[in-house]
Formats: sequence, structure tokens, C-alpha cells
Amino acid sequence: MLKKRLIPVLLLRNGQLVRSEGFATHQVLGDPVHEVARFNEWAVDELLYLDISEDATILGRADTKVKPETSILAILEAVAARCFMPLTFGGRIRTLNDIRARLERGADKVALGTALVANPTLVTEAARSFGSQSVVAVIDAKRDGDGDFRVVYDHARRTTSWTPALLASRAEELGAGEILLQSVDRDGKAQGYDLALIRSVTAATRVPVIALGGVGSLDHFALAITEGGAAAAAAANIFHFVELSDRRAKRAMALAGVDVRLDLSR
Amino acid sequence: MAIAVIDYGMGNLSSVRNALRAVGADVRIVQHGHELGGASAIVLPGVGAFGAGMEGLRLRGFADALSREVIERKKPLLGICLGLSLLAEIGHEFGRHLGLGWVPGEVVSLDVASLGLRVPHVGWNEVHGSGTLFRGIPEDSSFYFAHSYHLALRERSWICATTEYGREIACAIEQENIMAVQFHPEKSHRCGLALLANFAALAA
Repeated sequence: MLKKRLIPVLLLRNGQLVRSEGFATHQVLGDPVHEVARFNEWAVDELLYLDISEDATILGRADTKVKPETSILAILEAVAARCFMPLTFGGRIRTLNDIRARLERGADKVALGTALVANPTLVTEAARSFGSQSVVAVIDAKRDGDGDFRVVYDHARRTTSWTPALLASRAEELGAGEILLQSVDRDGKAQGYDLALIRSVTAATRVPVIALGGVGSLDHFALAITEGGAAAAAAANIFHFVELSDRRAKRAMALAGVDVRLDLSR
Repeated sequence: MAIAVIDYGMGNLSSVRNALRAVGADVRIVQHGHELGGASAIVLPGVGAFGAGMEGLRLRGFADALSREVIERKKPLLGICLGLSLLAEIGHEFGRHLGLGWVPGEVVSLDVASLGLRVPHVGWNEVHGSGTLFRGIPEDSSFYFAHSYHLALRERSWICATTEYGREIACAIEQENIMAVQFHPEKSHRCGLALLANFAALAA
């Protein structure tokens, strides 16, 4: 049987690993290249890097002697060399060449968010050139004043009239092979996933949906799958703050009846 | 002599190269068929569409060179993902395309949506394998898959591993020196590296 996936998400801001809350607050956690060694050792199911930088500047850290890489592509290359698991890279991707550059440096998939809303042809071109399995459509959703879900983009600063369900269905038509669904309201809040949001999207699509946003405890993960219908449960912050979070989350998911990959020592 | 990894413009080869190096293999990425002569074993990786893949092989002189090195000289070959598909007679992705035709079967779409399953088949699935590639790998280990098409074989004798996704899928084949896998060993952690080590041992 196909296993349900558990995916650590690493947020990059100007080359530094950060914690995010509400898409607005960011605290620096460390070095993105060093972290991958830990996740490789844990044999996690896959890794998803999202570059949420506003510009291409790469910053080092004053408190470590680690020399920073010089560009986001150099970071990707260094990460990929240590990563014997599927790797998705997203953020600041605008052209087919941006996609090619990431796949050539070792990403297996690219995640497209702004392009999905602002330049949907890129999704189709990417799927035609590199296959649907290489294209993850990112949908950031926020509840509006009436409590209805709306798709937002550009660091959640711009709102669209799309519902996440409609845009997910559109993304599938355009050729996306997976959907990364992120709740802006739940980002960094540790209250659990927005299950109504996840259900609305999984019911509208046939491609696998990865749920992100809101995990605060290990037993939140299973609900994205059992209640939300997602194929994968993702989170960012908890993987940095909870010891052995991956394997403990896997055990919690298995206890909740989710078929996950447990043969991690192999 | 080195293991040649074929670059025919179909996706990222650095993962395959990194993984083979991690198991101690001497690896060379080759861009044209005439570079295959010196290789002791050959890896045909690749992601993307079937038609574009065959065109890439022909344009870079690999179609003939592969036939010489693999069929005549019997060098060990490992196809990965699209590299497995291209060994088939025909591929039905965006039209009908002739493949290398070494494996008796056709590549057809993974028609499991009617069973309520999502396509592409993405993620870790349990593999029941045997033979050269699976030596020392525990039964039912999970490997990473990402595909929307699969190889439908006419002869079961080729199958050395299967997985379940709505139905049984042949996910690895082996006959003499020709081996291929549908999943991505270079992305499958320790079991994947163990499989690549088994293949690399043939090149020694």
C-alpha cells in the first residue's frame, strides 16, 4: 500500500532557516545546509524547502562560523548533495529557466505559488517540459471577513477571488501533479490544521494534496489525513522545536490508524 | 571502469550520480553514445515524457550505442523511472511512440482513478522484490515512486518486483544484464542506496 507521507518544511529567508508566524513574523533558526544532515539521518519521507525571501540577498549569521552559500541555487546544490530523499524547492520561481535551474541542481519537484495565480501558463509549460510529477502547485488560503476561504499570494499580501477548491481543480487541469495547501491563518499558531480547508480541496481534486499550516502537537498530523483526506501531512516549526519529532510523529500517526512508513532504520 | 550515467536531456542526473558515489561507485555522466564504449555498466535515468525521451536518446546517438553495449556486449544496464519505460516496445504518453523494444510490453497510463486513487502515484510504497537488485534488502521495504504511467508486460518472467496501487504494478524487471526500476532508488534512503550498491557491484 502507498504510505501516507510526513513532510518537514524548511522555510528559507535570505538564505537563513526561519520560523514563520502568520506569514509575517520570522525568526532565524539556523543554517539550511546543516539541517539536511539531521533529516537525512532521520530518514524522513521527503523535504520541502520554501524560499520566502523578498529579494535575492543571502545573509550569514553573526553567531556561527558557518560560511553562508552565495545564492539560493548554491544552497540547493549543497542540500541536494546530502539528500537521498525526494526534495521539493519553491519560492521566487518565475520562468521555465528558474525551474530548470532548480531541477538541474537536484530538486525533484518545484513548488509554484505566485505563478499559479499570476502566470498559470508556467504551470502547464513546466508539466509539459518536466512532467506533472515535478510540479507542485502551492495554494495559500485565508478566511475572509465572512469566514469563506480565499486564495492569497505574494506573501499573503494580495487576495484573489479564487476559492482554494476551484484553484486546486484548475491547477490539476493546468498539469500540476500535487497540491501544497497552506493555511495562512494557522501558520505558526500551533492550533492544528484547518481541516475544513483541507477537506474542501481534497474533495475537489484527484491529485495528492499536502496539508500545511497549524501543527502544534504530534497528534495533529494524522487528522490532515483521516479527517482532511490529504495524502501527506506537512509542518515546519515543530520539526525544529520537538526532539525526534519525525519518528514520534510517525508513531502517533500509526497509532491513529494512518499507514505510514515506519521502516526508518533501513 | 566507470558506470556511465546517460544524459539525454531528461531531468536531473546529479541525484543519481550523488547516490552512486555514496555507495562507492566510480561514476561518469555521458552526453553522447560514443562515450559508452569505455563504461563497465550503464544507468539510464530520466523523468519526463516518453516521446521526448526517445528523441533525446536518438539525437545524442544513444539508441544505437545502447543496443551495441547492452544487447551485443551484454553490459549491465539499470533503467530508472523513464529509463524503465523506454525499454518497452511502445509508449502511450501524449501519442504513440516506439521505445527501444527490448522488453515485451507497453507503457500505459496508470488507470486507477476509478478506484478512487490519486494519480500520479507519488510517495513511498512497499515493494516485494527478489533477484540481483534486491539482494540483502528486507522484504516489503518502501521505495519512493513518482509516476503516472506504468509498464504493462506481456511476459511475467521479466518481473522481479511488484507493488500495489489499486492493482499489482510491475515495478522492477530483470533478465540477464538488463535491469530496471519504476521507483527512484536514488531518493529511497538506505534501501535505495543498497539497491544501487547491488547494481554497482556488477560493474566491478
